[in-house]
Amino acid sequence: MSFLEIKNIRKKIGNNEILKGINIELEKGGFLVLVGPSGCGKSTLLNAIAGLLPPSSGDIVIDGQVVNDLHPSKRDIAMVFQSYALYPNMTVEENIAFALEMRGVEKAQREAAVKQVAKTLQIEHLLKRRPSQLSGGQRQRVAMGRALVRQPRVFLFDEPLSNLDAKLRVEVRAEIKALHQNTHATIVYVTHDQIEAMTLATKIVVLKEGMVQQVGTPAEIYGRPANLFVADFMGSPAMNMLKGKVVSSDGAQSIALFGNEGIKVAMPPSVTVTLADGKDVILGLRPETITDAGLVDPQARATAHIEAEVTMIEPTGSDTFVTGRLDGATFTARTRSDVHVSLGQKFPFSFNLDKAVVFDPQTTSRID
Amino acid sequence: MSAANETVSAGGARTARYFIYAALIILALVYLLPLYVMLSTSLKSLDEIRGGDMLAPPRDPSIAAWVRAWGEACIGVSCVGIKGYFWNSIKMVVPAVLVSTLLGALNGYVLTKWRFPGHKLVFGMMLFACFIPFQAVLIPMARVLGTFGLSNSTTGLVIVHVIYGLGFTTLFFRNYYEAFPDELVKAAMIDGAGFFRIFWRILLPSSGPIIVVTIIYQFTNIWNDFLFGVSFSSGTSSPMTVALNNLVASSTGVKEYNVDMAAAVFAALPTLFVYVVAGRYFVRGLMAGAVKG
Repeated sequence: MSFLEIKNIRKKIGNNEILKGINIELEKGGFLVLVGPSGCGKSTLLNAIAGLLPPSSGDIVIDGQVVNDLHPSKRDIAMVFQSYALYPNMTVEENIAFALEMRGVEKAQREAAVKQVAKTLQIEHLLKRRPSQLSGGQRQRVAMGRALVRQPRVFLFDEPLSNLDAKLRVEVRAEIKALHQNTHATIVYVTHDQIEAMTLATKIVVLKEGMVQQVGTPAEIYGRPANLFVADFMGSPAMNMLKGKVVSSDGAQSIALFGNEGIKVAMPPSVTVTLADGKDVILGLRPETITDAGLVDPQARATAHIEAEVTMIEPTGSDTFVTGRLDGATFTARTRSDVHVSLGQKFPFSFNLDKAVVFDPQTTSRID
Repeated sequence: MSAANETVSAGGARTARYFIYAALIILALVYLLPLYVMLSTSLKSLDEIRGGDMLAPPRDPSIAAWVRAWGEACIGVSCVGIKGYFWNSIKMVVPAVLVSTLLGALNGYVLTKWRFPGHKLVFGMMLFACFIPFQAVLIPMARVLGTFGLSNSTTGLVIVHVIYGLGFTTLFFRNYYEAFPDELVKAAMIDGAGFFRIFWRILLPSSGPIIVVTIIYQFTNIWNDFLFGVSFSSGTSSPMTVALNNLVASSTGVKEYNVDMAAAVFAALPTLFVYVVAGRYFVRGLMAGAVKG
């Protein structure tokens, strides 16, 4: 039994259809991340769940109750906004207590609840301050406190980390994750940052132009992207997409990269169907599946060793990303940081095909 | 070489600065001159005024003219001074300013945070009200006031000023609230606050600067208004500006310039007071929309 159901939600603004029939289910205690490029409709969907922007058609069900016609305040949800939306004229304490006050909770009870939340978030020393006297990270924490104090059925987060600097973002991200693990709250979280999606979610929904591209666990989304868009959007650096043609010999199929039979790789094990000879395919390889010979997974069943010219070297400290050129196309490999490689060199790359996926260039879908 | 250049340009900047200060001081003196003449004349005796040196300081300063202007000067046929008219103006200006400011704030709130189809047209029409000259509405306004039995009453004048000021106050508040984040309103909605609660608890407490701007603007305009006052009031219900005119323009007896000047200073005092008290907020409020903060 799912706790939050989004059934065939459509939203039209003018002649522009922003959401084109969205169906999502989330179990109680789940952490759903809506991810996609800007303009994909993820914030619109979140606002629809909150009740701030009624959908044109479709149902939103929370815990078996259709909430379509309920005012945002009656849905038992709390929202954390990108700008935090702290009331500038109130102290932190008043900000956190405001929702309780609006619901007519007794003063003593309100104070106890605020204290409790402040303790959880370690903002007790900030209670008397105003939002303008807080740093970005502190404001973020107060915004979460304002949501937590209500103990709502569903938490909604609208890109809550995008106004923080890089270091703080990682810290607060970990805090949100810990919060979810400790409270088992049901969360819907919107972001355009695929790393946030991967690290936080129990379930990721990738959206593009108002349509769901794929729903799955982070591992499914990353390892088995449903189509070229998901493959390209999730993961940094992006997945390598190499064009190829299917060739058969001795009953075994392989892929000739760029149609060049000189650089053939075995058909990845992820493909279970037999493809027509000469069919155009796109081979998708994550950068970490292309490495220097020393880093090859000894368990790998299908590997290929291909020499390619090195055109760029990007050390990140922990690894080095090496860009290779093969028949005019480039790919990114993730190698050890101490690898000996120089620009223009012919370097032997190892391709681990166990984790490779194959896409149909016509439909852009993954071939299984 | 670059150091030498800097010295030269720093010297140039200083000269320019002296020039600017000198110009500002001269202009300030020019602007203050009428006030000085008013004050010094009001403190002189009639004999001294007839002496003809307008710029000379009073030889023997006396506040007799002030006392006369406040409580004894003849306006029309009654010689009770301007104090009654001063209170007329206060009774008109206070409610008119408060009501028009509050309604303007509500309009601005609705026009930015509760948008409805056609909100742009409604705002455009309210804006249009700012450009209608006073004279154009005199006769229709007189008709309406007559129909409602409000002619020659302070209430009538208050209503006229509220209606006429609404275009301006709405413009001020709409532009201020336009920059007010929508997310705050959404957050308050989710927190369970309704239309008026969001207005009272979230928007109004954050509107200090624009409230001050609007109050100063409305206060100055309504206090200084003469045309509506002279058209829609008569006799003892007249506001200060009309009474001042009647005092100065009366053609019987000796012209008491010192009393006229004292009365004029009385008429200018409230607006002066408002500017001195709230002036720094005024500038801050005017800048609020211009600079992101």
